[in-house]
Amino acid sequence: MSEELKTDNYLTHERGFLSWALTLDHKRIGLLYMIFVLSAFLLGGTFAVLLRTSLLTPNHWMFPSDPAHDTQAKLFYNNMFSLHGTVMVFMFIIPAIPAILGNFMLPMMLGAKDVAFPRLNLMSFYIYCLGAILFTWILMGGILRTAFNIHLPFGFGLDTGWTFYTPFSTSKAEDGMVAGVLGAFILGFSSILTGVNFIASIHTLRPRGMTWFRMPLFLWALYATSIIQVLATPVLAITLLLLVAERLLHVGIFDSSLGGDPVLFQHFFWFYSHPAVYIMILPAMGVISEVISVHSRKHIFGYNFIALSSVALALLGFLVWGHHMFVAGQSNLVDSVFSLLTFSVAIPSAVKVFNWLGTLYRGSIRFTPAMLFAMGFILLFTIGGLTGLFLGALATDVPLHDTYFVIAHFHYVMVGSMVFAFLAGMYHWFPKMFGKMCNPTWGRVAAILLFIGFNTTFFPQFVMGAHGAPRRWATYPAEFQPYHVISTIGSYVMAISLIMVALNWLAGLLWGKKAPANPWGGNSLEWHCPSPPPHDNFTTPPVVDDPYNLAAWEYDASIEGWVPRKPQPAPAGRAAADRTRPVTH
Amino acid sequence: MNAMLNNLASGAWGGFWMPPEGSAMAGEVDWLFFFIYWICVFFFLLVLVLLVAFAWKYRYREGQPMLDAPKHNTALELTWTFIPTLIVIVIFFYGFKGYMNLAVPPPDAYEVDVTARMWSYSFRYPNGEQSNELHIPVNTPVVFVLSSDDVIHGFYMPVFRIKKDIVPGRYNKIWVQATRLGTWDIFCTQYCGQDHSSMRSHVVVEPRAVFVDWLGKLGGGSLPPVERGKYLWDTRGCQQCHSVDGAATGKAPTWKDLFMSHVQTQDGMHVADEDYLHEVITHPNVHPIAGYQPIMPPTEGLLNEKDVGDIIAYIKSISKNYHPALPAAAAPTTGPSK
Repeated sequence: MSEELKTDNYLTHERGFLSWALTLDHKRIGLLYMIFVLSAFLLGGTFAVLLRTSLLTPNHWMFPSDPAHDTQAKLFYNNMFSLHGTVMVFMFIIPAIPAILGNFMLPMMLGAKDVAFPRLNLMSFYIYCLGAILFTWILMGGILRTAFNIHLPFGFGLDTGWTFYTPFSTSKAEDGMVAGVLGAFILGFSSILTGVNFIASIHTLRPRGMTWFRMPLFLWALYATSIIQVLATPVLAITLLLLVAERLLHVGIFDSSLGGDPVLFQHFFWFYSHPAVYIMILPAMGVISEVISVHSRKHIFGYNFIALSSVALALLGFLVWGHHMFVAGQSNLVDSVFSLLTFSVAIPSAVKVFNWLGTLYRGSIRFTPAMLFAMGFILLFTIGGLTGLFLGALATDVPLHDTYFVIAHFHYVMVGSMVFAFLAGMYHWFPKMFGKMCNPTWGRVAAILLFIGFNTTFFPQFVMGAHGAPRRWATYPAEFQPYHVISTIGSYVMAISLIMVALNWLAGLLWGKKAPANPWGGNSLEWHCPSPPPHDNFTTPPVVDDPYNLAAWEYDASIEGWVPRKPQPAPAGRAAADRTRPVTH
Repeated sequence: MNAMLNNLASGAWGGFWMPPEGSAMAGEVDWLFFFIYWICVFFFLLVLVLLVAFAWKYRYREGQPMLDAPKHNTALELTWTFIPTLIVIVIFFYGFKGYMNLAVPPPDAYEVDVTARMWSYSFRYPNGEQSNELHIPVNTPVVFVLSSDDVIHGFYMPVFRIKKDIVPGRYNKIWVQATRLGTWDIFCTQYCGQDHSSMRSHVVVEPRAVFVDWLGKLGGGSLPPVERGKYLWDTRGCQQCHSVDGAATGKAPTWKDLFMSHVQTQDGMHVADEDYLHEVITHPNVHPIAGYQPIMPPTEGLLNEKDVGDIIAYIKSISKNYHPALPAAAAPTTGPSK
C-alpha cells in the first residue's frame, strides 16, 4: 500500500482517455495546453522557415519566374507571413507561459490543491482548442491552395497580416479573413477566463502567512498579466466583431466612403494589442526572476521593485497604443503624447534588468540549461528594449516605422526574450512536471546554439531596416540580399537548436534520471512536494516562508537534489536578523 | 550582390546604418539616431560586462562558501530608476523637436499631389499635369499631399527620412527639402495586398531649371492621338498590368493584337471593337475576363474622353487586325520610353 502511495502521482492517478479529456487537475490541463501550444509553435516556426527560405533571393526563387507564377508566389508569401504572425501571437506566445507553466505552478506556489475554478480552467482549454482548430484548418487552406493548388473544403486563406488593417481586410483580402478573425475571437475567451481564474486564485487561495509581498515573483507576474488579459482582451473581441460586421454587412464604421474611418480600426486594434505584448513579456520576466534566483542560490535582489514594476508595466502598457500609429495620420499632439508615455514603459523594464544582475552579484551560479537561457534572455531583452528607444522617439521612428528595424525589435522581445524565458522555465520546472531530468549538456549546447542562431537571424534586420527595407515584402531590391541571406542561415540554426531542445526533452521523458523533489534547491512551495506531484499536490501542508530563502536547503549528493537544511543557531546581531526572517505559519 | 557593391562604390548606399542624407532634415534625424545608438551601446556593454564578469567571478565552485550580499539597496535602486528616466526624457525631447520639424511644412512649400492605388503611385503637379514619375527641384521645400484610391498605402523615401501612411478618405501631408541630386527610392510601407512589394517608385531630385523644363514637357497635349495614347499608357498606370508587346503579365491582357480580337469574358464572347474598349476602360471589371482577376482600378477622374480616345487609337495601332487605308500622318517619334 505504501509502495503504491510512493509512486502514485498526477500522471498515474487515473488512467484512460476520459481521465485526461475531462480532467479538472490543473497539472493535466497544463500538459494538455503544452501539447497544443507547442504544436502551434512548430506550425508558426515552419511558416517562418519557409518564408525566410523564400527570401533568399530578391524574386522568390521557389517559384518559376513567369508572370502567372509571380502572382502565385506573392499570394503564397502573403499568406505565410500572415499565418506566421497570427499563429505565433494568438496560439503560441500569449498562452504559452500562463497556460502551461502558470497553470501547473500557480496553485502549487500557493500551497493549494488547484486553481479557484477548475471547471473554468478546463473550459478555457477547450475554447483554446476550438479557436486553434478553426484557425489552423481554415487558414492552412490558403497555403495549400497557393503553393500546391490543393483545395481543402473551407480552405480559405489569410493575407492581411495578423493586424487585419482596414479597408484592405474588409474589402480586398482573401475570404479566410472572417474565419481567422473569428478564430482569434474565440481564442481571446480562453485568455480572459484564464486571467479570471488566476486573479481569483491569487486573491483567495493564498495560505495564511503568504502576504502579497511574500509571494514568489512568478505569481506577481501572472497576476499583472491576468489583469491585462481581463481588461484588454474584451476590447479585441468587440473590435473583431466590428471587423466581421464591416466585412459581411458593410456597416461603414471603418469605410471612409460611408463616413467611417480606417484609422479608427487601428486605435481599437492596438488598444488591445499593445497591452497584449505585456501579456507576452510579463510572465516571461516572472520566470526569469525565479530562475536567476534559484540557479545562483541567491535571494532575488530588490523584490519590492520587481513586484511593483510588474504592475506598473501592466498599467502603463494601456497608455501607449498610439505608438503603433505614429505615421498613420494621427495629429502631432497625439503623436507627441504617445511618444512621451511610451518612454515611461522603458523604466520598469530597465529596473528589472539591473535587479537581476544584482541577484547574480555574489551568487553561486550554476550554468544549468535554465540559467543559460535566462542569461540569454537578459542580453537579448536588453537589446530588444533599447531598440525600442529608437522607435519611441518620433523623429527616428518616422524613417524606421514599418521597416525591418521594427521586425527585429519585436523579435528580440518576443523570441529572444519570451521564448528564451519559456525555455528557461521549461528546463527549470521539467523535473517537477515529469519527474525526470534532462541531459544538461545537450540543453546547454542548444541554448548557446539558439543564442547564436537568433542573433544571426535578427541583428542584420536592424541594419537592413535602417537602410529602408520595408516589412511584409515578398520581393525586395537586390541591395538587401546579403542581409536576407545571413538572416535565413540564422533561421536554420535556430530551427536546429529548437529541434535539439525538443529531442532533449523527449530523451529526458523517456530515459532521463529520476528527479528528486527539489533538483535546484528552490524555496517556493512547488518544490516542497514530490516530483512529479501527487494528484492533490501536497502530501503534508507546506510551511510558508520567504520564497527566496534558499539558505533553507542544502545539497544532498546521494539523491542529486536539495533537502531542507537542519536548523542552525541564528547568528547574533541586526544584520543577521535582516538575513534570516522568522518563518510564520 | 553586384547591386550592393555598385551601390557601395557609388556612395548611393550610405554608411553602415543609414542611407545617404538626402534632405535638410536627414542630418537632424541621423544625429538623434546616433545619440540613441551610443546610449544603447553603453548600456548594452554595461549589462554584458556585468553579466559576464558576474558569471565568471561568482560561478559555483565546490566547497566555496557563499558571500554575504544584501537583498536590496534602496539608494542603488532609486538611482538606476532615476537616471534612465532622465535619459529617456532627453531622448523624447529631441525626438519631439525633430518630429515637429518633419511634420510641419513651411507655408510656401511646392505642392505635389500623390495618389496611391494598388499598386502604383501617380503624381500631379501644380500645372495640372500628371505623371507616374516624381521629380522635385533640389533645395526647395516640397509638400506631398497624399491620397489613396483604395486601401491604406505607405509613402516612404529613405534618403529623405520621411514616411507617412496614405489613408483613403483623408489627406495626409509630409514635406521635404531635398539636398542631394540623384534618383532615390520610394517604397510602399503599408501592406496593401498581392503586389505590395512591387509598389516602388523613384524620386528624381534635379536642379530647378531642369525640373521646370521636365514639367513643361509633361502632358504630351500636342502629340498625335496614337503617340499620346502610348504616352498615357506609360504615365497613367496602365503599364503596371498591360503589356504592349504581347508579353503575358498574368495581371491583365496584353494590348498587342487586342483590337478586334475575340475576348472570352465571364458573360460570353466579345469582339474588342472601339465600343468594347471604351466600355472596359471607363467601367473596369464590368466584363470580367476569363483567366484574370477583376483587379483593374477605377479610371474615373484619371482619364477624360480625349484620353480614352487616344488610348483606343494606340491600341488599334498595335493590332494586326487594324488595316488603315492610309498610314498614320506622322510616324511616332520617341516618346517617354519605359
